[in-house]
Amino acid sequence: MKKKQTTIPFKGTQAQEEKLENLIAKNKDVPGALLPILQGAQEIYGYLPKEVIRIIALRMDKSISEVYGVASFYSQFNLSPKGEYAISICLGTACYVKGSGKIMEEFEKELGISSGETTPDGKFSLNDTRCIGACGLAPVCMINSDVYGRLVPADVKKILDKYR
Amino acid sequence: MKTLEELNAVREKIKNRVSIQRDTDSGTRIVVGMATCGIAAGATPVFEALKEEAAGIKDGSVEVTMTGCIGICQFEPVVEVTRPGEEKVTYVKMTAEKAKEVFEKHVIGGQPVVEYSLTDTNFYKKQTRVALRNCGFINPEDIDEYIGVDGYQALAKVITTMTPEDVIKCILDSGLRGRGGAGFPTGRKWDFAAKVKSDKKYVCCNADEGDPGAFMDRSVLEGDPHAVIEAMAIAGYAIGSDEGYIYVRAEYPIAIKRLQIAIDQAHEYGLLGKNIFGTNFSFDIQLRFGAGAFVCGEETALMTSIEGNRGEPRPRPPFPAVKGLFGKPTILNNVETYANVAQIINKGPEWFASMGTEKSKGTKVFALGGKINKTGLVEIPMGTTLREVIEDIGGGIPNGKKFKAAQTGGPSGGCIPASLIDTPMDYESLIAIGSMMGSGGLIVMDEDTCMVDIAKFFLTFTVDESCGKCTPCRVGTMRLLEILNKITSGNGEMEDLDRLEELCNYIKSASLCGLGQTAPNPVLSTLRYFRDEYEAHIRDKKCPAGVCKALLSYTIDPEKCKGCTLCARNCPASAITGTVKQPHVIDPEKCIKCGACMDNCKFGAISRK
Repeated sequence: MKKKQTTIPFKGTQAQEEKLENLIAKNKDVPGALLPILQGAQEIYGYLPKEVIRIIALRMDKSISEVYGVASFYSQFNLSPKGEYAISICLGTACYVKGSGKIMEEFEKELGISSGETTPDGKFSLNDTRCIGACGLAPVCMINSDVYGRLVPADVKKILDKYR
Repeated sequence: MKTLEELNAVREKIKNRVSIQRDTDSGTRIVVGMATCGIAAGATPVFEALKEEAAGIKDGSVEVTMTGCIGICQFEPVVEVTRPGEEKVTYVKMTAEKAKEVFEKHVIGGQPVVEYSLTDTNFYKKQTRVALRNCGFINPEDIDEYIGVDGYQALAKVITTMTPEDVIKCILDSGLRGRGGAGFPTGRKWDFAAKVKSDKKYVCCNADEGDPGAFMDRSVLEGDPHAVIEAMAIAGYAIGSDEGYIYVRAEYPIAIKRLQIAIDQAHEYGLLGKNIFGTNFSFDIQLRFGAGAFVCGEETALMTSIEGNRGEPRPRPPFPAVKGLFGKPTILNNVETYANVAQIINKGPEWFASMGTEKSKGTKVFALGGKINKTGLVEIPMGTTLREVIEDIGGGIPNGKKFKAAQTGGPSGGCIPASLIDTPMDYESLIAIGSMMGSGGLIVMDEDTCMVDIAKFFLTFTVDESCGKCTPCRVGTMRLLEILNKITSGNGEMEDLDRLEELCNYIKSASLCGLGQTAPNPVLSTLRYFRDEYEAHIRDKKCPAGVCKALLSYTIDPEKCKGCTLCARNCPASAITGTVKQPHVIDPEKCIKCGACMDNCKFGAISRK
């Protein structure tokens, strides 16, 4: 899967870095620690900046390319920051058959960005996702942890207005 | 908890609370379906409202509890009320207001509110619930309720009265096969691992349910997490392992939360940890979160991922039973497979083997979705026909449309055409017609679904999810997708169909893991049953279902057009011209085929061909 690396400058704080160091120290010797550490780091920073990947590689005695290789392999890891409201449109089979492609087009039109991008004000980011397992309510989208189901294109504007 | 007596004491205390046959001296039980789909449909305010009402009943005779998926996703939020000595009443499409009304009239007044209840019970009639027995019934966050429905009895029986060989024989005799897709006999897998000598062995659970359209594993984890934990401990005893890993998708936050609660509660009761039931057997379980890679559902890739690497598959042999996680003998089973284990121990292998067909025993859970009236989770005895699932359980196709095909097995599976609707759903029958059981996604398609587009959809998925390690899969699937794109954009040639078939066979035979070996299936099965649709795209440059944009044309019927100008005003490409009250015309050169005109026309004057 192709990943977009961000051009937005890194703005990590001292407090975040302390958390990261604690996380690494706590998990370092657990077998297979890299994935849980990357998952924890993404929780701290919201994404995985290259500065953070470098710290993890150094502390775990791995090459940066190895850590980057893992981070870029899994679709859960973001190499660029997400919006305040992360919107994911399910393009799994059940949703696709029920027209989620049109829902995606509508979100793209309303927000003026395409899938994988973040609005310039940092408020919304848009992504497609495979299947969130709510196929009974297809087509569905998720905004942060809220799920909206049985969507028609006309719902999109109404939903977005709640967050604007 | 160190003895069976202690376990039984909890069971006796709780038994009445969770019993479906409520004695007259027990209270009223209200359950609210709160799996992901229920919560998404608005179950939380319903639950809060009912709890508030129940708090007003001071003698505590009314109990409101959350539960997992009740199964009928179409009608969420779902609430079930059981009054002592009466039949259970299922309420559908609940809101907080409706729930309050039900509480007043039914729970207090004793009169069921018929207009909110589920009257058509065909959805449940042909189902047999084994793996889902507790889903939608017990509170998944309360270990006592699981114990109340005979939970952990099987584990107690296994480690205090059976030898590991007995356990494996019992699973073998039951005929249980892997529910993750391939259908390998579970008992044989355990037997291989049990016979390998090693200082350390692992028991893994594949909860990385990646097939788009499948959600039965999520429902089991959210509705009955202890069933999986108990079965893993039993597997640990059988193969001689003291440590288990559950690899669960990070996309399932509620499942993760309930699993963690369940593991903690099992620890507290001593049902996980050191010296379980005072024996020498110790077992512990750790959670690992998948990070969104479909290939990690493949067993060797899953183990590579738990080890902290890119989730790339390894060549087999050596098989995981010999050399698996961290290089040690490992067994890996899927969530639904584990959900059957404790009951096989409790009720005996003969009971399990009495369900299903000769080679496919027991039941299978399907996630019924797509163009069907009742979507939901459906558990049926193996061998039930597709027709029974679609017509009797699912209630047929909505809007009077015609059934065209059902897709099973997700991106690894194939399509079953309408002509084969009487095919029994079991491992062998599905393979014979070019599909597969898969993990149990069952997507129904009607006449508006284009089969070439569906093949393209699945290929787009596999191209994205191919890990890139082996060339046939990495490059081959990309080339397949390019040919499909060529066909759907109207540039196909008849020779492309032969090229597709040839390439499919190369990819199937040369790929390293299951992902690549099965990736061509959606193309092969649609080619086999819907070749005429491919030919229509190539020869006539038409998409019969009206899906492939490049092959569509929109026209306005001058007889029906009233000249209201609505279409012209909504056309994003300014392709429609005409004067008020005169028929309008679409310029095919400018038309981008978005369909906005057709959606907006109030007179049905616009047609798509």
